[in-house]
Amino acid sequence: MIPANFNYHKATSVKEAIALSSELGEEAKYMSGGHSLLPMMKLRFATPEHIIDISKIEGLSYIKEDGDMLKIGALTTQTEMEHNTLLKESYPIMGDAIWLTADPSVRNVGTIGGNIAHGDAANDQPALMLAMRANIVAEGADGTKTIPIDEFFHGFYMTALEPSDILTEIQIPKAKKGSGGAYHKVERKVGDYATAGVAVHVELDDSGVCQQVGIGLTNVSAVPMRLERGEELLRGQEITDELIEQVGQIASEDCEPESDLRGSEAYKRSVVNTITKRMLNKALERARQ
Amino acid sequence: MAKHEVTMTINGQSVTAEVDSRLLLVHFIRENLDMTGTHIGCDTSNCGACTILLDGKSVKACTYLTVRADGAEITTIEGLAPEGTNHPLQQAFHDQHGLHCGFCTPGMIMRSVDLLKNNPNPTEEEIRWGISGNLCRCTGYNNIVKSVQQAAKEMAKEKEATV
Amino acid sequence: MFKCKTSAEVGGMGHSVKRKEDARFLHGKGNYVDDTKLPGQLHMVMVRSPYAYAKIKSINKEKALAIDGVLAVITGEDLAQYNLHWMPTLLSDTQMVLPTDTVMHQSQEVCAVIATDRYVAVDGAEAVEVDYEPMQAIVDPFKALDDDAPLLRPDKEGQEDNQIYHWERGDRAKTDEVIANADVVVKERIYLPRIHVASIETCGCNASYDKDTQKLTVYLTTQAPHAIRTVVALVAGHVGLSEEKIRIISPDIGGGFGGKVPVYPAYVVAIAATFLIGKPVKWIEDRSENLVNGFARDYHMDCELAATKDGKIQAFKVSTLADHGYTDSSANPSKYPTGMFSICTGSYDYEHAFAELDAVYTNKAPGGVAYRCSFRVTEAVHAIERMVDKLAAEIDKDPALLRFENFIKKEQFPYESPLGWSYDSGDYKATLEKAMEMIGYDDYKKEQAEKRAQGKLMGIGICTFTEVVGAGPSKDFDILGIAMFDSAEIRVHPTGKALARFGTKSQGQGHETTYAQILAEELGIPYTDIEIDEGDTDTAPYGLGTYASRSTPTAGAAAAIAARKLRDKGKKIAAHLLEVSEEDIEWEVGKYFVKGAPEKSKTIQDVAFAAYTNIPPGLEPGFEATHYYDPPNLTFPNGAYICVVEVEEETGAIDVKRFVAIDDCGNIINPMIVEGQVHGGLTQGIAPAMYEGIEYDDEGNVLNGTLMDYLVPTAVESPHWETGHTITPSPHHPLGAKGVAESPTVGAPPAIANAIIDAVAPLGIKHLDIPITPAKVWEAIQAQKAKA
Ligand SMILES: Cc1cc2nc3c(=O)[nH]c(=O)nc-3n(C[C@H](O)[C@H](O)[C@H](O)COP(=O)(O)OP(=O)(O)OC[C@H]3O[C@@H](n4cnc5c(N)ncnc54)[C@H](O)[C@@H]3O)c2cc1C
Ligand code: FES
Ligand code: FES
Repeated sequence: MIPANFNYHKATSVKEAIALSSELGEEAKYMSGGHSLLPMMKLRFATPEHIIDISKIEGLSYIKEDGDMLKIGALTTQTEMEHNTLLKESYPIMGDAIWLTADPSVRNVGTIGGNIAHGDAANDQPALMLAMRANIVAEGADGTKTIPIDEFFHGFYMTALEPSDILTEIQIPKAKKGSGGAYHKVERKVGDYATAGVAVHVELDDSGVCQQVGIGLTNVSAVPMRLERGEELLRGQEITDELIEQVGQIASEDCEPESDLRGSEAYKRSVVNTITKRMLNKALERARQ
Repeated sequence: MAKHEVTMTINGQSVTAEVDSRLLLVHFIRENLDMTGTHIGCDTSNCGACTILLDGKSVKACTYLTVRADGAEITTIEGLAPEGTNHPLQQAFHDQHGLHCGFCTPGMIMRSVDLLKNNPNPTEEEIRWGISGNLCRCTGYNNIVKSVQQAAKEMAKEKEATV
Repeated sequence: MFKCKTSAEVGGMGHSVKRKEDARFLHGKGNYVDDTKLPGQLHMVMVRSPYAYAKIKSINKEKALAIDGVLAVITGEDLAQYNLHWMPTLLSDTQMVLPTDTVMHQSQEVCAVIATDRYVAVDGAEAVEVDYEPMQAIVDPFKALDDDAPLLRPDKEGQEDNQIYHWERGDRAKTDEVIANADVVVKERIYLPRIHVASIETCGCNASYDKDTQKLTVYLTTQAPHAIRTVVALVAGHVGLSEEKIRIISPDIGGGFGGKVPVYPAYVVAIAATFLIGKPVKWIEDRSENLVNGFARDYHMDCELAATKDGKIQAFKVSTLADHGYTDSSANPSKYPTGMFSICTGSYDYEHAFAELDAVYTNKAPGGVAYRCSFRVTEAVHAIERMVDKLAAEIDKDPALLRFENFIKKEQFPYESPLGWSYDSGDYKATLEKAMEMIGYDDYKKEQAEKRAQGKLMGIGICTFTEVVGAGPSKDFDILGIAMFDSAEIRVHPTGKALARFGTKSQGQGHETTYAQILAEELGIPYTDIEIDEGDTDTAPYGLGTYASRSTPTAGAAAAIAARKLRDKGKKIAAHLLEVSEEDIEWEVGKYFVKGAPEKSKTIQDVAFAAYTNIPPGLEPGFEATHYYDPPNLTFPNGAYICVVEVEEETGAIDVKRFVAIDDCGNIINPMIVEGQVHGGLTQGIAPAMYEGIEYDDEGNVLNGTLMDYLVPTAVESPHWETGHTITPSPHHPLGAKGVAESPTVGAPPAIANAIIDAVAPLGIKHLDIPITPAKVWEAIQAQKAKA
């Protein structure tokens, strides 16, 4: 399996990349890790005329807390996230997800920016970003913009990014006392894309009342999906077993899975129900620690 | 389509070549450099037969463009240990019968090098997850796990000896 | 237990010596087909059909030929000029090499593009324009026999419907009668789906024809190089390729498991291409081509097992519908269209059985190759082992106890089975007892009772299988008329070192080590002093190849007997050297000595030297021997496997907690290698049991033709296997050995299926077909809930 011919361009700065992209037009694609894009090119599902390699751009690979935000550079690989002490200690939901994403060699190359920019509801990071209410920072021909995650995913492989926009950073509200998150996906075998996955992030106040909650779903809709009805039910409440039960039920009702090789629609709804409940419990447990 | 000049270090030797944009690294290594120890077992980045070390990290060479490896340092199975000697992983795969047909073996070993670098003392579970991007159809994995365990012990000993 | 006769240095039978072949693989120096690179190398890529059934209206080569580097596009019409567009299958059916008018399954070869470079060949294949007229495909084999089903093979004279053949064994009337009158009869339709061996190396060839010498050399991923040579000579003899001018080289093979037995159409096209162009043509299958074009299983089996009310088995009947795709290209011995399926009566002693099978054509890929199993033994074992468990559940008896009460007893061997096999040896009771003890069966039974009381789902599954391997006696077994013997040729050099050549071909089984050990055992020459050579038809003696666990039973035996011939010759030489008569010479591993005077002795190395330097008068010089071994019977390896699982009711998730495999494969040549083979076979057993199955949609499109969706287990899915052995030597094999590499693939699926079904039995579920996935379990649970 061999990709069709294309022209390769290496960008050494964000500016250069944007200039190249503006010049080459719609037939140009950025490549960061290339572990979503190149497989599609090998199968000739994607046949871009130009590839602009952004992986060599300096300064886009970092994980840090800055003000009240956790900031992750777009070129940070999933392996770098896996081994990062800050994430391990304060954002265990990241470890949950990365451990279940692809395999170690893929994670050595695949970037968080690419995982999100790909706009694929089967990828794991989008659900986490929804749950944690990330902002996506992008640079384009007309400057820098910050896109709330709820405005980011537009459709199947479609995002708010213009063709020449580069996703540069992910910003996530900093973990604080009383917050916690968890992610799990059911997969047919290790490394598989999710049959269904659920990311949950909760923030409790001192009395244990839920101040904020985010629930993102993986691969049970055409576009990465937030479980709005479930979140509303929990916000401002003390989260009880009954509420968790109800949210699981809502998740199974509101998700939009299709029957395929991974299972029937009914099975996937049931899986979403179960994982939603389990991840709510796990997130709560972590929030209460 | 323009050709691109690339220079990289493969198994300690500097290599310069003119390549097409689309040339996959695995084909560059196998066909242009005639190092056929790195194998191909799938079209979808699932099998790991093509695993090499790129700047010290395990990478599936079938999912990497040669042009992007410009300036990189690459190690393939041929360069893991000096001619006529064994890396502790090679020795362990031999001792523990960690290979049958040998087709997955180079990739499996290169992946394990990276695994042990990040986790010098892995549990059986960590080894199994750690090699989960590499398929073996022959061995049933039991002895591959044992091989990695043996190598981990050996490498720990070696490390101690050098300290 | 087996006691080693040789020292560790000599490394004869029973020693776990390390493998001699490892070094090249560990250093990246293996030489697989894709590693060959010949001067002037060209590359071939196949254009394949997107439709399962379609007329080809036209093929336009122009755009492809316009690409720089594309040299030729070869179509069925081109081959038809040489009458090479069809070829025979091993079972006297016919298969297209390239079509002239109709494609019969998705991904069938349509034409071939030859180019100077692999990448350009792919571009060329993309550029070929084929105009198809799609037709309604037959995908469901049960509909293939409908009156209004279109006739798929009008090209075959006398073919009036889509049935390929009907086959039966046993006494139908008597079996029906016993079933009709039995206290208990359990019935089930069991489906074993299409699966693919998916060796990590795909198939391929590098064919090179020299127009001056008229010699064709083909590097080929084949498990049976000699058979292929003969087939090529039969198929292409009329264009001038005669057998002495054909050299098939099977270099290192990256796993075979049966998938590298057939002759795939692209091999023939590559040979035709090099023949026409005069330059070497390489074709390497990509993974999707590999997964979609060939298969094992696809048997729908209607089973009935009859017993007395306390569980004494009385009769077994199985009626099968087999989906062969558009041609019967099963790799079976000619007289056994259903392979060894009649081993389906299992390890149990009863009198009446009947098995029948109807094979049909559909618009699917042909294949009928193995999946690490000896000719349909897996299907047979799955049928009986599922049914025995079903009977146990029906009469509420412990499935282990039910088995003990029905086993063929040790003293009943050789045992004539109801469908005509003569089982050579076994001790089924001891084997199951060992497995139960190793896993702690009684404790698990207790734990299960406790768990069930808490509403938790836990299952214990047993499989006690009997295999039949080592085809086979030439009076019954042949492939295209060639008897299924195998061969060994030994040359001992003057310095006492040896070279031995075989007609088989290792694909990871470790022949370079185990054959050397057999010779070490017989001759006392250290295994490290013996080189083993296989796979090159110009040098190796004729043999039928390696599959169906036949190498040790056939070629292993040939080696032993050839060695014994040498020993006999050596005795004459020793007598000459020691100046005594031949009758006064005795043999003990590695040396000859004078009866009663052991200090007067000559080593095998002394004797070898003398064979070239100091030859007794009248004796032929040299120290070489060849043997072609025609086995008197097959061998019947067996085993007892036990699996413990837990199932989560809410999600259907399955957790394999333990798996113990006790195998009896007779005397063991190298315990380390045997254990390794068992591990590998077990993983290839859990694969179809829980993960793998080729899925089709209603149009005949394969839905999971990549390793993304065809779920080959990783180290995470593969449990930590626990293995052990009992040993009942084969009485008729010169080494008492049987053959092992496939037992686990045969025995594991029913053990796993039985365990999962046992786990969900309290919910009312009585059967599940493999692969048993969490989704399938969940659906079954919902169906039960809906019923309640
Ligand atoms: C075998 C295999 C299994 C996998 N399994 C999983 C899995 O289970 N879960 C999962 O989440 N992922 C999985 N992946 C995908 C993997 O995680 C990818 O690496 C990741 O999704 C994409 O990252 P990348 O850097 O490789 O992106 P690329 O492939 O380089 O790019 C993906 C897309 O995003 C665009 N893009 C990339 N970076 C930017 C940027 N900074 N700004 C703007 N656009 C950009 C590209 O133009 C392209 O359209 C798997 C991949 C493989 C090969
Ligand atoms: S060849 Fe299969 S992952 Fe690279
Ligand atoms: S040893 Fe054959 S695939 Fe691993």
